[in-house]
Amino acid sequence: MIHLISSLVRKPGRRITGVAGAPAAAVGPDEAASRARGPRTASPGKVAAPGGTSGTVALSVHHLTKRFGARAAFEDVSFEVGYGEVFGFLGPNGAGKTTTVRTLGTLLAPSSGSATIAGIPLAPENGVEIRRRISIMPEAPGLYQRLTVAENLECFASLYEVPVPRERIELALRAVNLADRAGDPCGSLSKGLRQRVALARALLPDPQVLFLDEPTSGLDPVAARDVHELIDGLRQRGVTIFLTTHRLEEAERLCDRVAILNTTLRIIGRPGELRERLFAKTLTVKTLVPLPDPGRVFSGLPGVDGWRQDGASYVIAISDLATATPAVTRALVHAGADVLFIGESRHSLEDVYLQLIDQDAEAGEQ
Amino acid sequence: MKLSATRARAIARKELREYRHNRQLVVTMSVFPLVFIITPAVQIFTQPASAAGPLAHTQVLVYMLGIPALVPATFASISVAGERQQGTLEPVLTTPIRREEFLLGKALAALVPAISVSYGVFGVFVAAIELFAQPAVASAVLHGPELLAQVLFTPLVAALSIWIGIAISARSSDPRVAAQLSVLASLPSIVVTTLIATGKIHVTPGLALSLGAALLLLDALGWRIVSPAFDRERLITGTR
Repeated sequence: MIHLISSLVRKPGRRITGVAGAPAAAVGPDEAASRARGPRTASPGKVAAPGGTSGTVALSVHHLTKRFGARAAFEDVSFEVGYGEVFGFLGPNGAGKTTTVRTLGTLLAPSSGSATIAGIPLAPENGVEIRRRISIMPEAPGLYQRLTVAENLECFASLYEVPVPRERIELALRAVNLADRAGDPCGSLSKGLRQRVALARALLPDPQVLFLDEPTSGLDPVAARDVHELIDGLRQRGVTIFLTTHRLEEAERLCDRVAILNTTLRIIGRPGELRERLFAKTLTVKTLVPLPDPGRVFSGLPGVDGWRQDGASYVIAISDLATATPAVTRALVHAGADVLFIGESRHSLEDVYLQLIDQDAEAGEQ
Repeated sequence: MKLSATRARAIARKELREYRHNRQLVVTMSVFPLVFIITPAVQIFTQPASAAGPLAHTQVLVYMLGIPALVPATFASISVAGERQQGTLEPVLTTPIRREEFLLGKALAALVPAISVSYGVFGVFVAAIELFAQPAVASAVLHGPELLAQVLFTPLVAALSIWIGIAISARSSDPRVAAQLSVLASLPSIVVTTLIATGKIHVTPGLALSLGAALLLLDALGWRIVSPAFDRERLITGTR
């Protein structure tokens, strides 16, 4: 699959011209190096710059707001995404995720704020040029049901003016494991297969920035895993991926950074950073039977700030893992406790997400 | 603004492929023209040779300009509203296509079958007159200038009908409503052709030229007039 993805994504050095408000940009050796490097990046600034003026940042959004009448779909959203980064965009239903994607994809005009997409300022006169450099896979596949898979892709290859479309279509179909279904009418495909056709369609134009709106929605676990592998492969080739998803484990697994949107941007960062920011560091201790006097065991230990009991389990708030863990272990041994487990408490991205959304709900009620 | 012929052609080709796969639409398209050959057929094939004199002063074949007025209206009316209902509009609009290219592609796709059907039916009907009508009646009905006018006016009438249909389609959220409105909007053209065919309006060469020029102008300006109706934001979000 990686080989197929390598064939699908741009060769370094292709020149892109003719943008209002932005000088011509060329994909140069720096970007090639960045793409070859592949591993996850913490922030956009750490990714090598492509040539030209677009710099290190594939997406740069400043105080962007979209209103429909008095209602704000999203408000004052600012973030940057580096080239080659997989950026997760999370949020509850109605949070404004899809509207953000549509706005960055030039389908909707922002009410205020500014953005630069693939080096081009977001402005009505730049719509065509921006759409040439990006690709959007909407949540609903939106395929022509009466046409075959190949006919659907042929239409879109022409809309993107893809050179050598047949070869490109074949590669895209092989990348999503659908080469043998090219002649099937899209209306005869299952939801999962349609989703894969939509993904193949999004790969056709060799995008610099790929917007994926719920790409694994409706897919079975095997098909979802294939999509994850595809995203991994695209990341290794330096394609910037803007991924909106409800699957938090998917975001945690795939994304270099995530942002949580609930009309306004609630938080942004690497999944690990978000956990640290939102949750105090804790140790979890489990014993065979409850300790007779846990206060005596845990109080006054170095690096320990407090504790709470839940049956034979104890959650101990700590300030420093390296100091507190040995101290707690020694104290438990000294107290003669039958220890089943000692370990750092792990909070998932789901915990982060739920914590923020609950906070918003509580704030709304107040 | 530079328009891409490739992208406009891509839309037109896709539309024609969809027509080909949609039997219901093809059947509808084949049935419509029959309505417009009933009156001239009755007038021509039931007349004895003695009726040739009065028939020579009518323009009975003009009835058939109703075909290019009505047939493309059906196609044009679903062009935008249909895509919107199927959920296929958004993916298309995420590509670099300009709205003008999209509309030209749609118009071209409606024009091709409309002209083919109109010319086809007209050709078969003229051949049938030559073969089966009383020779005196045939020579009274088939005037050279009228045949030429039919050939020239067919694409002009079809194009006007298409632009009106696309404008309605771009503003409607329901393809069924769009289809009904488009058929209604094509009625004035049908009324005019009927009045001409029944001799209520006598067409002089000057009037024909003026009508032709007006249609040509409207057709040429059609996509510029229709483009503002195609509002991406409203079509995608249903707002505004």
